[in-house]
Amino acid sequence: MGVGIEVKNLNAWYGTNHTLQDINLNIPANHATALIGPSGCGKSTFVRCLNRMHETNPIARVTGSVRIGDIDIYADAKPVQIRRRVGMVFQRPNPFPTMSIYDNVASGLKLNGYSNRRVLDEIVEKSLKNSALWDEVKDDLRKKSGASLSGGQQQRLCIARALAVDPEVLLMDEPASALDPVSTSKIEDLIFQLKSQYTIVIVTHNMQQAARVAEKTGFFLNGRMVEFDATHKIFTNPSDKRTEDYITGRFG
Amino acid sequence: MSAETFKFRTRMRTLTDSAVTALSILATVLVVAPLVAIFAYLVFKGASSLNLDFFTKIPKPEGESGGGMANAIVGSGILLGVASLLGVPIGIGGGIFLAEFGRGTKFANAVRFTADVLNGVPSIVMGLAVYSLVVVQQKTFSAFAGGVALGIMMIPTVCRTTEEMLLMVPHAVREAALGLGVPNWRSVLSITVKTASPGIITGCMLAFARVAGETAPLLFTALGNSFMSTSLNHPIEALPLQIYIFANSPYDDQHRLAWAGSLVLIVLIVLAVSLVRYVTSRGVLKGAS
Repeated sequence: MGVGIEVKNLNAWYGTNHTLQDINLNIPANHATALIGPSGCGKSTFVRCLNRMHETNPIARVTGSVRIGDIDIYADAKPVQIRRRVGMVFQRPNPFPTMSIYDNVASGLKLNGYSNRRVLDEIVEKSLKNSALWDEVKDDLRKKSGASLSGGQQQRLCIARALAVDPEVLLMDEPASALDPVSTSKIEDLIFQLKSQYTIVIVTHNMQQAARVAEKTGFFLNGRMVEFDATHKIFTNPSDKRTEDYITGRFG
Repeated sequence: MSAETFKFRTRMRTLTDSAVTALSILATVLVVAPLVAIFAYLVFKGASSLNLDFFTKIPKPEGESGGGMANAIVGSGILLGVASLLGVPIGIGGGIFLAEFGRGTKFANAVRFTADVLNGVPSIVMGLAVYSLVVVQQKTFSAFAGGVALGIMMIPTVCRTTEEMLLMVPHAVREAALGLGVPNWRSVLSITVKTASPGIITGCMLAFARVAGETAPLLFTALGNSFMSTSLNHPIEALPLQIYIFANSPYDDQHRLAWAGSLVLIVLIVLAVSLVRYVTSRGVLKGAS
């Protein structure tokens, strides 16, 4: 089951560049939350702070607190523990090129030392079914490389890989921006199904996508969160002038 | 643009295209030609002296005909085995450090510079260095000393290729592993190195093939041995050493053996490289890049 996320006074830097400034928000459990905003507004940096991927860049720095469930991820835990509970899907599909489809899905468990073959088989099947890829790949699980799939299939493979470690939160950083419309709608259907079991945070440039999949939407601008509210409110009756300008296409 | 100019430009483009294609074919021929020529000449000069004795007998005393190079073939195998055991793990380990753990540090830059300098050290100097460090200490020439000299020569090639191949692994692949909660060291060993492994293996093979034909570093280390020896603590024969000595001798029989030995050396290197490629390419998946 998913858990809620509570962000307090979050600030992030790349070198001297203050990319996130005083972010405060509560992301509800078992819902999809969309983050929108123009390029460079800090929304990708924000999701990367939620699983401590931000700090893998040597010049990056973070202050403030992020609570996921009952854990303060910056005070109580190591990055690797957090990343097992908070899965991530990246903008460009990034399956492991030397691994089979099966090994890609099992990789998170195998690399953390898990080796019970029967249980792995079950988890791989369940994860691929959850990511709506099972029927397309079930005959080639061990024969084909993850890199041999189409772009849309690769992205669903990456979602399966993230689901296999049984996270509570799933972060998606523009998961459909490199895909064609058919693959995009498959990913959106998937988000719709998955949000009953996981807390989903999705960064997107596509406002229709945010409107279709998310109950809540946050609008980021220049490293600050301008507005965070129910999606229908953001898109029909935003409280902030800047949000209105952005969603009506007057800038960005 | 008039139709005339358009036609003229199209013709010029077709011409340029043909010219560049022809040049690249010529370059390819020039690359392949020396290898083919050398190999053909070796077959021509050496193949007739190849027989079962060559692979099973040790050399006859000077002036007698017959005999073979069994001791040199076995010796080269042992020397290259010792060299690979030393050079491959140290080289790969160093490459991993340079690309993954030490990137950007002063120490890593110093290591990289040292490896490049080591790569440029003449092989005879390598032999002398190992002579004073190993042979003098052990008080005997030995297969071990020869293997150490060749192994040290393998390190820089293996190290630098490993580093370059690791740096070519896309950042996205590393992020994918870290994003799954895999510790960095595990991600480096199981994902990054694995993804780069075809290139790393090529680097090891290049280093192997290069030292397999080295003579100079063995002169003061392995020394040579006219009898069959498999001991690491005694002088040992090697194909390039034996070829060098026989080619300089005044006897026709030994000249013929030297030609045959050269042919065998090249064939063995090609076989070893192909075997490693075959073994490591099995299990590769369809569509893996």
